[in-house]
Amino acid sequence: MKKTTMATIWLDGCSGCHMSFLDIDERILELAQRLEITYSPLVDTKSYPDHVDVAVIEGAVSTDEDIIKLKKIRSKTGLIVALGDCAVTGNVPSMRNNFQVGDVLDRAYVENAARQPGRPHEMLPSLLEKVKPVHDYVKVDVHVPGCPPPADAIYYVLSEILEGRNPDPIQMTRFGR
Amino acid sequence: MLINDELQQIAQPILDEEAGAEHSIRVCVAAGCISSGSDKVLKELKAQVKERGLEGRCLVKGVGCMGPCAGGPVVRVDDGDVMYHNVGSDDAGEILDSLDGEPVKRLAQSMDTPFFKRQVKIALENSGVIDPERLEDYVAHEGYHALARVLTQMQPWEIIDEVTRSGLRGRGGAGYPAGLKWSTVAKAGGTKKYAVCNADEGDPGAFMDRSVLESDPHRVLEGMAIAAMAVGADQGYIYVRAEYPLAIKRLEKAIKQSERAGILGKRVLGTTYDFHVDVRLGAGAFVCGEETALLASIEGRRGTPRPRPPYPAESGLFGQSTLINNVETYANIPALIRNGADWFSSMGTETSKGTKVFALAGKVNNTGLIEVPMGTTLRDIVYEIGGGIPEDRPFKAVQTGGPSGGCIPADHLDSPVDYETLSKLGSIMGSGGMIVMDESSNMVDVAKYFMEFTTSESCGKCVPCRVGTTHMENLLTKILSGEATHHDLQLLEELCDLLQNTSLCGLGQAAPNPVVSTLRYFRHEYQALLTDDEVETTAQEEAE
Amino acid sequence: MSDQTVSIKTLKIDGRDVSARADETILAVAQQNGIDIPTLCHLDGLTPVGACRLCLVEIAGSNKLLPACVTTVREGMEVFTESEKLNRYRKMILELLFSERNHICAVCVSNGHCDLQDLAVRLGVDFIRYPYLHPVEKVDASHDRFVQDDNRCVLCGRCVRVCGELEGAHTWDFMGRGVQTRVITDLDTPWGESDSCTRCGKCVHVCPTGALIEKGRSVAEMAKRRQFLPYLTLMRQEDQQ
Repeated sequence: MKKTTMATIWLDGCSGCHMSFLDIDERILELAQRLEITYSPLVDTKSYPDHVDVAVIEGAVSTDEDIIKLKKIRSKTGLIVALGDCAVTGNVPSMRNNFQVGDVLDRAYVENAARQPGRPHEMLPSLLEKVKPVHDYVKVDVHVPGCPPPADAIYYVLSEILEGRNPDPIQMTRFGR
Repeated sequence: MLINDELQQIAQPILDEEAGAEHSIRVCVAAGCISSGSDKVLKELKAQVKERGLEGRCLVKGVGCMGPCAGGPVVRVDDGDVMYHNVGSDDAGEILDSLDGEPVKRLAQSMDTPFFKRQVKIALENSGVIDPERLEDYVAHEGYHALARVLTQMQPWEIIDEVTRSGLRGRGGAGYPAGLKWSTVAKAGGTKKYAVCNADEGDPGAFMDRSVLESDPHRVLEGMAIAAMAVGADQGYIYVRAEYPLAIKRLEKAIKQSERAGILGKRVLGTTYDFHVDVRLGAGAFVCGEETALLASIEGRRGTPRPRPPYPAESGLFGQSTLINNVETYANIPALIRNGADWFSSMGTETSKGTKVFALAGKVNNTGLIEVPMGTTLRDIVYEIGGGIPEDRPFKAVQTGGPSGGCIPADHLDSPVDYETLSKLGSIMGSGGMIVMDESSNMVDVAKYFMEFTTSESCGKCVPCRVGTTHMENLLTKILSGEATHHDLQLLEELCDLLQNTSLCGLGQAAPNPVVSTLRYFRHEYQALLTDDEVETTAQEEAE
Repeated sequence: MSDQTVSIKTLKIDGRDVSARADETILAVAQQNGIDIPTLCHLDGLTPVGACRLCLVEIAGSNKLLPACVTTVREGMEVFTESEKLNRYRKMILELLFSERNHICAVCVSNGHCDLQDLAVRLGVDFIRYPYLHPVEKVDASHDRFVQDDNRCVLCGRCVRVCGELEGAHTWDFMGRGVQTRVITDLDTPWGESDSCTRCGKCVHVCPTGALIEKGRSVAEMAKRRQFLPYLTLMRQEDQQ
């Protein structure tokens, strides 16, 4: 049987959702029999494959690069799962939305810099004016709120997808969980 | 009869003045004309009459609105068929010179036009005729005669029966049968009842109520007194927006005059019946035109609506049974009582009787205040009375009912103006704002204009209206910016549905109307602004 | 309530025959019969205001939805508390609330003890389709015991009512309108400088979210204790009898 291919993406988030995914512990072996991770911060692939069945996205959309990534992923992916509050609501990264981008950069790179204070300006993606959830840019098929979503909820969502069903994880997790 | 003799006495000075005069010059002193300088014209005319020794022979008086507001300052000499427009104080001499000769051609506008001929004035019958600041003038024009009649000849139930049979419906917007409302209050328990007049006219561009109050304040007081007697109220409140200083000044003056003359206050016209009226000022919140918010504001509380039932007729001001009608509704009452229900119901359509005052504005040649029989077609209003559209540009739509109303397209120009027809067309009668639009108007823009208004006027009490209006306004902005998708349009339509069905009061429930009606008739204008080219045919489009 | 005036009505809620005193609301009767209608601005013991619109129900023969918290029963009334339409509207109303202020649950002291969160789970709201408004809101920590965080406020007015109706202080009220509405202490003076506040903390504990909280609580530590409310209500009723 051909394995379902899966990508995991890390946008503006803390990687806690990826950690929670790993918290499904030994059940990962069971999933691995039917699921192949073809792109992820966890595997050594540099470019997004031409087709992926499921993409699990952690993190909010914060930079122009995030948008480019998302558009590419959407066009090459079957099902998109927004994993965790950052991807679903904007969550903690969106708390900067009440400030000007310049002020945020100054706070981090000038006011609180121990050495060589100065805004980064080369080679880095530029911050968007507002941090937004993933569904503001591309169509999202499954939303899994939680900060992070509990391992059980993630396992449930992936198992349901593998079974060809549409998961509804809201009874297993919630905003801020 | 004693009461009528008293009224006769009050009116006598005016009757004497009029009997002795050969000419009368009337200068509009409602807010519109005053703002273009009619007060100076009036002053100059009076001064020159004095100078020329014409006092007694030529009466000069300030009167209320004569209608063609865009032509102000407006002056009328005698009862001829011309009216002077755009009169300046330096025209005074020329006008007086012409008294016994030909009218001043330079200023004269014919009154032999549909604008005047097609109007039927009930609420406005004294507007432009009497001096709004003189009780005597009102009484000389049959003022307070209806009150005298109900006090001496009618039982409360007979008054209510007369109003019910007339078919008069509330002129504030919803068109609730006035007689039914009155009888509900009359039948309600409790020893204390109130009669309240809603003069918190807030629709952008609407000035019907302001004009009635500025032109004929006693008429509203008389209507309220009759209503109060019919329902058993002894205290009245007129809730006027503070933005109407002239209306407030004239109302307060009228109340003082009629109390001094023994017409209002304790022992009305010498009977055992009391009726006090007080003015309360609105502080600029549109939602205070909603009756429960209005009552809360009169009570001195934050002007926010509460769920109905209980309706004010059952539990209103200070928890007592309260009758609330709008200015124009009360202004219809004196004439209705004087002339009878049959006379009133002979005008209008099957379900909408009498006349309606409209503030005609927008892309139309004759802007101003008009009163027409119910059932007059939109085409007659726009093209006959309104004189058509400047430069004969094509008509696009007419907006009625203000921010709670909708836009009616050219296909429906021949529809009669009555409560049911307007509602079927997706708009409402409202309080009488009527804005004509030509091809230069973008309907999404129009919808956004009204949405901005309701967003800033939402009181914030219920969630759908408070947050929903904000999102709707943002979505319309996005659509206009050309960045919206079909998904955004879908969100917008869902919000329309939510607000209509779940908002607490009429403001929120009607807030989507400008969007819904423009979507109904001008959907293509929305679609043309969307970025994605997903083709969709909605059930609604198929139905059209 | 004197006994002679009590009349009893019978009606149907979700197909079940129930009886009620004529002055009872649909919500109260539903609760007595184990039928759970979602509410937010309502709290037993406070005057109902019908503001949040979550408790809207359908009545047979009427196309108008009515708020169960303020609508009194009628003889023969047939009430439906659940339907596809009601659920859709309730979800939308919750979405509007989440989009209105800055509800960052993950860092909220009331995380896990929040009526808004619970409603989202109950009604199946797993994401918000409306763009977040991200308003700039103030946090007032001037009081030595309590904090007001407008970022979390849903404007339900429970604080306003408990303070006016039960504590009798009327420290809280609304200011502004539309989405600019805020709850304020006194005449918009900092809470810590309020002359009328009795420091009783009732407002904090009736608040459904993390908008009014005790100082010194960290994330997810601010559980609300509302036991005082039924007790005070009961005492008051007994006093009146």
